[in-house]
Amino acid sequence: MKIRDLFEETYSAVIINKVRSGLTILGIVIGIGSVIAMVALGAGAQSSIAANIQSIGSNLLTVSPGAARGRGEQVSSGRGSAQTLTLDDAVALKAIAQVKAVAPQTSGRYQLKAKAKNTNTNVLGTIAEYASIRNVELSLGSFITEQTTKSSNKVAVLGATVRDDLFGLGADPVGQSIRVNNQDFKVIGVTRPKGGTGFNNQDDVVYIPLTTAQRFLTGNNFLSAISIQAADQQAMTAVQEEITSLLLSRHSISDPLRADFNVFNQADLATAATSVTDTFTILLASIAGISLLVGGIGIMNMMLTNVTERTREIGLRKAIGGKKRDISAQFLMEAVVLTFFGGAAGIVLGWFLSWGVSKFAGIATHISISSVLLAFGVSAGIGLLFGYYPARRAAKLNPIEALRYE
Amino acid sequence: MIDCRNIMKVYRSGDGRDVPVLKGVSLQVADGEFVAIMGPSGSGKSTLMHILGALDSPTSGTYLFNGTDVSTLSDDDLAEVRKKKIGFVFQAFNLLPRATVLRNVALPLVYAGVSKAERDQAARSALQDVGLEQGRFLNLSNQLSGGEMQRVAIARALVNDPALLLADEPTGNLDTKTGEVVLRTFEALNRAGRTIIIITHEQDVAGHADRVIHIRDGQIVKDEKLR
Ligand SMILES: Nc1ncnc2c1ncn2[C@@H]1O[C@H](COP(=O)(O)OP(=O)(O)OP(=O)(O)O)[C@@H](O)[C@H]1O
Ligand SMILES: [Mg+2]
Repeated sequence: MKIRDLFEETYSAVIINKVRSGLTILGIVIGIGSVIAMVALGAGAQSSIAANIQSIGSNLLTVSPGAARGRGEQVSSGRGSAQTLTLDDAVALKAIAQVKAVAPQTSGRYQLKAKAKNTNTNVLGTIAEYASIRNVELSLGSFITEQTTKSSNKVAVLGATVRDDLFGLGADPVGQSIRVNNQDFKVIGVTRPKGGTGFNNQDDVVYIPLTTAQRFLTGNNFLSAISIQAADQQAMTAVQEEITSLLLSRHSISDPLRADFNVFNQADLATAATSVTDTFTILLASIAGISLLVGGIGIMNMMLTNVTERTREIGLRKAIGGKKRDISAQFLMEAVVLTFFGGAAGIVLGWFLSWGVSKFAGIATHISISSVLLAFGVSAGIGLLFGYYPARRAAKLNPIEALRYE
Repeated sequence: MIDCRNIMKVYRSGDGRDVPVLKGVSLQVADGEFVAIMGPSGSGKSTLMHILGALDSPTSGTYLFNGTDVSTLSDDDLAEVRKKKIGFVFQAFNLLPRATVLRNVALPLVYAGVSKAERDQAARSALQDVGLEQGRFLNLSNQLSGGEMQRVAIARALVNDPALLLADEPTGNLDTKTGEVVLRTFEALNRAGRTIIIITHEQDVAGHADRVIHIRDGQIVKDEKLR
């Protein structure tokens, strides 16, 4: 039997049973469609988290102070509250070979006032390098400069949210003054929105020069964090180790377990987030996979009914010279063709679902070629798997008995 | 061509009893013979024909087809024999109901791997041989009359140009005139060297054969040479 004839036989068999073929395909369509949509949802979540992490800064390491723990002491005070990091530490870190930039920072929440409006927000004292390390971009004015830091000017760069709160949506406040903790500051710039919501709103912040913050707000020389940018991705671990050993020796601590600071690697955050979204994706995909399995069983059911219903036809085909291989190829092909078209329609459905989810629920989705190929492979595989048993049953029938079947 | 020795066929009935249908049939048919098998209903004619057509295997006894012992062949080898050497006209026609006449007739050639154009050609000429109107060729086979179905079934048996043609009551549904057309086709095929065996209830039809075998109750009771 020629391949072309096999396709023709399959085509006419599928067409004769239009309604039933359609219903059987529907199971596969839904199965494949939901697998694709779920994987797209997971991949979308993953890439939006990755983008979020990237917006914090690339190749970023953060050193934060932690209370020096005495022997047996279990409780440490909150992160950033301990006073162990100084500007000298930050300057020393800059000497490490693969460190590209260092930005010391100090932060605290203060009351802000402009004309009649009030807000309470995070005021971050830092230096010019912070902008490049943390990917801060300006939509208006300029960032803190070396000059403003040196002379402890009372200038402020507003986060987009703070600007919106104090001056109104999209207003240009550059040149105006605000009161921070009852002291006058001149607004010199507004940052471009970074996104993030709730506690993670990266735009709800005001930047002022580090020296200004230390002199007029905190009143001490300690830092609440140091941001460090490594030269590249590969250098991250080495830099992290060097920072740790340098700070340990500067703070005269011999036991690394009793360090009075924490070095936080951005890659760790990315890894943690990835593993969460991976789990999430696997969970969704396996639920969808179950519906795919049910669809596959539907195919098997249809093919078994088919074989029973067409017993006489099978008998005849064998009687006129059809071999086992011909008969089983025909039924297998029917199953594969059904699942194949089901798979194709399922991909369209999955695409449509994920488009709908991102359009109406605002959740990012991302359909990858690999998930489409996988879905296609799986559906053809299901066709083979669930078509095999009915096809074999058909092929084994004795022609005369099959012809007698009513 | 055909050499049967002491063929027995036992069916197991619904209640588990063994029902002997063929009780030791021995039969030789030479190449180029035209044989008619007659006998009362239920005497085992169709059963014998199925065995001769390599569609079914005997419970015991040997069947040599062209010298090969058919009972030792695998299912697929039997299918090969049927495809290459045998054309079979079933008593119940067994056409594919939702396929056209042409597709039905061409079906054996699909399994023989013949190209579509050649299949079409061969199917048309076989249908002409059995006298089916050209206008019917593209009808679905379940839209045909009994006589038309019978002719389609015969055309399908002829299409692969078999050395042995087996026909189970090929004229049962035909009027005398079309019956004659079909029988004349058989005679022509026979003259061209084909071996033909038909089952019939009618003496006239048997009269076209060279030899008539009478079966009763699963045994050959008479084997007469007409010419
Ligand atoms: N698969 C089967 N199982 C049980 N009994 C069967 C089976 N096939 C045939 N028989 C029995 O075998 C006997 C002979 O059947 P067969 O079809 O060979 O008769 P026949 O001579 O062709 O009759 P007719 O002239 O009516 O066609 C019948 O009694 C039938 O009931
Ligand atoms: Mg019969």
